[in-house]
Amino acid sequence: MIKAILIFNNHGKPRLSKFYEHYSEDTEQQIIRETFHLVSKRDENVCNFLEGGMLIGGSDYRLIYRHYATLYFVFCVDSSESELGILDLIQVFVETLDKCFENVCELDLIFHVDKVHNILAEMVMGGMVLETNMNEIITQVDSQNKMEKSEAGIAGAPARAVSAVKNMNLPEMPRNINIGDISIKVPNLSSFK
Amino acid sequence: MPAVSKGDGMRGLAVFISDIRNCKSKEAEVKRINKELANIRSKFKGDKALDGYSKKKYVCKLLFIFLLGHDIDFGHMEAVNLLSSNKYTEKQIGYLFISVLVNSNSDLIRLINNGLKNDLNSRNPTFMNLALHCIANVGSREMAEAFASQIPSILVAGDTMDSVKQSAALCLLRLNRTCPDLVPMGEWTARVVHLLNDQHLGVVTSATSLITTLAQKSPEDFKTSIALAVARLSRIVTSASIDLQDYTYYFVAAPWLSVKLLRLLQCYTPPEDAALRSRLTECLETILNKAQEPPKSKKVQHSNAKNAVLFEAIALIIHYDSEPTLLVRACNQLGQFLQHRETNLRYLALESMCTLASSEFSHEAVKTHIDTVINALKTERDVSVRQRAVDLLYAMCDRSNSKQIVAEMLSYLENADYSIREEIVLKVAILAEKYAVDYTWYVDTILNLIRMAGDYVSEEVWYRVIQIVINRDDVQGYAAKTVFEALQAPACHENLVKVGGYILGEFGNLIAGDSRSSPLVQFDLLHSKFHLCSVPTRALLLSAYIKFINLFPEVKATIQEVLRSDSQLRNADVELQQRAIEYLRLSCIASTDILATVLEEMPPFPERESSILAKLKRKKGPGNVPDIDDARWNVNGNGNAEQSESAEGTNKFSPSLMADLLPTNRPRPASSSPTMLSAGTMGSAHPFTDLLNLNSSPSAGASLLVDVLSDSSTPASADVSEENFSRFVCKNNGVIFENQLLQIGLKSEYRQNLGRIYVFFGNKTSAQFLSFSSSVTSSDTLKTQLNVHTKPVDPTVEGGAQLQQILNIECLSDFTDAPVLDIQFRYGGALQNIAVKLPVMLNKFFQPTEMASQDFFQRWKQLGVPQQEVQTIFKAKHPMDTDVTNAKILGFGVALLDGVDPSPANFVGAGVIHTKNTQVGCLLRLEPNTQALMYRLTLRTSRESVSQRLCDLLSDQF
Repeated sequence: MIKAILIFNNHGKPRLSKFYEHYSEDTEQQIIRETFHLVSKRDENVCNFLEGGMLIGGSDYRLIYRHYATLYFVFCVDSSESELGILDLIQVFVETLDKCFENVCELDLIFHVDKVHNILAEMVMGGMVLETNMNEIITQVDSQNKMEKSEAGIAGAPARAVSAVKNMNLPEMPRNINIGDISIKVPNLSSFK
Repeated sequence: MPAVSKGDGMRGLAVFISDIRNCKSKEAEVKRINKELANIRSKFKGDKALDGYSKKKYVCKLLFIFLLGHDIDFGHMEAVNLLSSNKYTEKQIGYLFISVLVNSNSDLIRLINNGLKNDLNSRNPTFMNLALHCIANVGSREMAEAFASQIPSILVAGDTMDSVKQSAALCLLRLNRTCPDLVPMGEWTARVVHLLNDQHLGVVTSATSLITTLAQKSPEDFKTSIALAVARLSRIVTSASIDLQDYTYYFVAAPWLSVKLLRLLQCYTPPEDAALRSRLTECLETILNKAQEPPKSKKVQHSNAKNAVLFEAIALIIHYDSEPTLLVRACNQLGQFLQHRETNLRYLALESMCTLASSEFSHEAVKTHIDTVINALKTERDVSVRQRAVDLLYAMCDRSNSKQIVAEMLSYLENADYSIREEIVLKVAILAEKYAVDYTWYVDTILNLIRMAGDYVSEEVWYRVIQIVINRDDVQGYAAKTVFEALQAPACHENLVKVGGYILGEFGNLIAGDSRSSPLVQFDLLHSKFHLCSVPTRALLLSAYIKFINLFPEVKATIQEVLRSDSQLRNADVELQQRAIEYLRLSCIASTDILATVLEEMPPFPERESSILAKLKRKKGPGNVPDIDDARWNVNGNGNAEQSESAEGTNKFSPSLMADLLPTNRPRPASSSPTMLSAGTMGSAHPFTDLLNLNSSPSAGASLLVDVLSDSSTPASADVSEENFSRFVCKNNGVIFENQLLQIGLKSEYRQNLGRIYVFFGNKTSAQFLSFSSSVTSSDTLKTQLNVHTKPVDPTVEGGAQLQQILNIECLSDFTDAPVLDIQFRYGGALQNIAVKLPVMLNKFFQPTEMASQDFFQRWKQLGVPQQEVQTIFKAKHPMDTDVTNAKILGFGVALLDGVDPSPANFVGAGVIHTKNTQVGCLLRLEPNTQALMYRLTLRTSRESVSQRLCDLLSDQF
């Protein structure tokens, strides 16, 4: 079973946290910090598995992680999961994000946290792997978007028009903030081995 | 087309996030967040109805704030209201909020359940999925009660959409995990098993997860799944990968499903049906064959997916442990991975091989990889991989390769990471003993251990080497010679001085013939280390000196001179002073014959499980230490398996280390001189047992020695056994005292300021104990602080029988002393006197107190007067294991407060001491420093004496 899925950047800022077991908010933050501490001090090119920190259950649990440019993707799992399987699941997750966001970068996770949650929900549910087929996942996400669009339809039009006007005066829309080191290009995956 | 177009982001959200990101300081961030929270709160409270878009925007903001680590205490109701919306977007955001922010104890669960119910009944697959996800993510008992019966029917209904089936299977699995009692088994089990045949591979994957969990709990009900799983696996493994279309991942056919199916099969023994069995064997062979084929893609994803299946297949082969050919093939495959350039594969290969090494079929095959593993130990950059290499070397060790493996581990130890040194020391010590044919090698190895990693050599290890040397005549001379040589080094570790002192004291005579190690040289050598050593070591050396007087009359004068010096006779340490006085008197008064008897060589130790192995088991947790041929595990190597493997029983009340060796740190000299007498080891058959009870039992006057020594004994030295006392600080039950005649066990319970102890006296002999009496005495101070009522006991205890006595205790005010249990009885005509310090400590009257973080700090500050705080910094005596520490603190009686201390490594506790007169609140904090192997313990209570006593008690436990 997957106990938690954490995404944080190279400085330990959480970008997504999803716990499948209940902890208090404080403990959740401590787990994120502890995990960051464990993972970030490791060299590149060492193995992607390590024993979990003590808050998450110690050596009965394993952290399986990948590091892409500025982001760490960490899954904390118990012994019933295949390490390599989870490692590939992370890859599927990132590739799916990449398809959904077109060249996903850290900012996409920040500004579209709801979407990221929805995509993750199509893959993992209650700590169990739900779907691993990327096409299936994207089909689901697409159909959700269609529903969203259709619902937004008439009701949403005025709001969008207003925001469109405002945007004209605002050259620095957040989506244009493209700090070089933040953007990650998943298809190359050069940083991962 | 991207599934999420970037243009439709919410502007307000984006601006807010940018603001936060631009905050220069933490304070600015908090300020901005509070402003936003106030804004959202007013929007939610306001009378203007919000549209879906705004609700979504605000909920997203709250999620972001929550992710930054801020508490969100509102918005829940709005989220619940969103559930009943007809719009998908609003519903979805409501569910998202709930699954991230609502925990299973929330009082909103009933309202949420209403929303869930509507959506589950809606027959709209999207809505049903949202509801199932929510149930699985929250997974509370109330949800299980409400939906456990409905979900199986959704799962097996013919008209349910595939995606809903998938979710329903996992949802049911989650509910089964949280509340197994609520998920009824029965009519639907057969139909769930049949899902393994489903067309849709996603459904099969989910169903396999579900069945695996259910099969672990009730294997019989799901036995039919074996055949279906094998069939399914076979179709996947042999398919040309095109068949599976989307479920082919980088040219590997449905890797996740294969892994899940192989896991499911690991719940069972090999199929009995021959056809099925051969079909499965074929599958496993095919998987092994595919590993040898050239990769279809250079991508790491391809090899990962392929190897995930392969490792799972190997795990199944190891689990079956019945097909020698497959086992050997698996071993060879893993052998290849040991040298793979992928670190992940090397790690997993080392780990799998560990289990393979314990199979009789593959043990030899595993051994062939020894050089690779040793190389891994030397060259791996990653400490977690090296750790696996150490584990594997330990698992593959046997008589044929033990010397090589022990030598390699020793040389690795010199540069090993600090975090794993102690474990390596234990492993080396165990292997060296277990596979020692030639005990000189064993002695060399342990001395090397002490030399290279003295700080990490726990007491168990050096106790054990002494036990073995004493029990084996053939190695005693060699041991004496070796320690003598090792002690020549200008700087040696204190543990070496201890071993050296003990062994020379017993067997120095064996090397005294050589003029280079004459008695005087030996003595001078030992004494040159004396002043650099700690008190317990000095005490041990004093005992070695008195033994020298017996062994070598020619150095008697020199040693008496040393004993007589002011630095001994007037030593500030009472233990050292008393030893010096008593030994000096003994050497002056006793005749040679008496000396020879008193200071006789130690008798062999009784066989028992190695305390080192017990320690490793404790360290790794039961079941994590591979058992390799335990029959050989015996000090004398004579294969007496029964005796050595009574392990589990003795483990609980694991024989006290004190009993192992009678070491030197017991405070009462008369009973503690390790080389002298002790009722515990020398036994009552020995005429001098009563020497120890000098003052308390005048009737033992028959012994000559009593007369000899009576004038030199110190007046108040009652022989109170308290060796196990401190082990009861954090627990209430166990064995408090044991010698060859009698075992005393305790069971205690405490409520508020009252306690009750059940004392069990076990007669270990076959003869009766007569005139048995047991009473409790307390010091005068203690009598005013603690009431103890005893009930009288039967004066006769039959051989092998057990007698129970009940003690009622009332705590009047806080106290430091402990009451003493005095036992007297006649055994075979001789009067026996035993005094045991009863483990009634102040902390027994704790009631744990749960409190929130702010409360804790508020009270902590209130107790800020310097006298109220006691702090101590001390070195860890045991491995610094979080779980053990947790258990000890809980056992100490306080509530363990999670998440109070900003550092997760620290422990914080709170409790109230109940006495009749008053109650004393107590806060404690324990900060481990794993680098330095130190702890800092801080206690704050309203009463100085309580702080001090609790601190003394607890600091002794780690």
